[in-house]
Amino acid sequence: MATEEHGGGLQIHPMDQFIVKPLFGDGPIEWYTPTNVTLWMAIAILAMTALLVLSTRRRAIVPSRGQSVAELFYGFIHKMVEDVAGHEGLKFFPYIMTLFMFVFLSNILGLIPMSFTTTSHIAVTAVLALLVFLTVTLVGFYRKGIGFLAMFWVSSAPLVLRPILAVIELISYFVRPLSHSIRLGGNLMAGHAVIKVFAGFAGAMGIASVVPIAAIVAIYGLELLVASVQAYVFTILTCVYLRDAVGDAHH
Amino acid sequence: MATEAHGGAGQAAGMPQLDFSTWPNQIFWLLVTLVVIYLILSRVALPRIGAVLADRKSTITNDLAAAEELKQKAVAAEKAYNEALANARAEAAKIIAQAKAEIQKDLDAATARADAEIAAKTAESEKTIAAIRDGAAAAVAEVARDTAAELVAALGGTADARTVSEAVAARLKG
Repeated sequence: MATEEHGGGLQIHPMDQFIVKPLFGDGPIEWYTPTNVTLWMAIAILAMTALLVLSTRRRAIVPSRGQSVAELFYGFIHKMVEDVAGHEGLKFFPYIMTLFMFVFLSNILGLIPMSFTTTSHIAVTAVLALLVFLTVTLVGFYRKGIGFLAMFWVSSAPLVLRPILAVIELISYFVRPLSHSIRLGGNLMAGHAVIKVFAGFAGAMGIASVVPIAAIVAIYGLELLVASVQAYVFTILTCVYLRDAVGDAHH
Repeated sequence: MATEAHGGAGQAAGMPQLDFSTWPNQIFWLLVTLVVIYLILSRVALPRIGAVLADRKSTITNDLAAAEELKQKAVAAEKAYNEALANARAEAAKIIAQAKAEIQKDLDAATARADAEIAAKTAESEKTIAAIRDGAAAAVAEVARDTAAELVAALGGTADARTVSEAVAARLKG
């Protein structure tokens, strides 16, 4: 990804890395076609299995290094769910852990040169965000019935303001999946595109390409941070939304 | 890239993210992936890690309790030890005192016996000395008498034994 050459002068295609291609042959992409999306999601599954299953197979009381990492992930997300979504939210811990592990590993795997970043696609992040939105809405109505709508009626505000606030709350509620998905996909896409642009410069500038290469190194470090932080943000927002559905709403 | 042209001419040049022809594919594989990850996590990984963490917690709690118990035991043992030490010291002091008293008694008895023996020996010696002295005095008187009788005879006198002995006795007393 980062060091790809481009023939013919300064022809940079920063978005080519996001193209979905069939793994075998060159045919049309049906919904079942194994593509690079399939490949990198499968790699994410394998990485997740190695990280959380293989490393813990000894179930040691005194953990090995791998097991410590697995426990770190477990403890981190478990605490986040408990702190943010409340004790009731712990029922959704496997679900949130699934989201976090998928987003985190996809982000990190996407930073491997020549790899494909599944979470840089709006299709993927939109589905993730919609899943969260639907879960929160359905769970909210299931647990609280019509009382779930009370979260739009800000009882702590003056009565005159409440209808206005209700409209604002309602809009913000429905904007959630949009912001939730675009925040993740946009961050990933922008970072990777910037790296690609600098890589294109590096290919065209001869000896002076030290500068863009140094910039790539710096941005790569930043992207590592972004990859982790965006996974964290996505997960913690999920927990925040979930609290509306399971916790005592105090808006 | 070979696939650049695919998926609609206009969109591949822009953002592949907005090439909606690939969306069903991505969404399908995403759902498959999520289900697989969810199953692995909820069936294997999370229960296992949760169990390990719970195990560790209980182990640590048990160990702490055991340590506390052992500490109490150690304190109790130390107390018992100190008690035993104090008892032993008292016992020893008693035994020493007893032994001292016994020795003193023996010593006193031995001293008394020795004193008695010494006294007896002294008395005997004194008796012997007195006898010797008496004997010596008698011998002196006899010698004096004999010598006086001899002297009287040598000087040409005749002396009857009675007179001489009386004279000698008088002189010896004198």
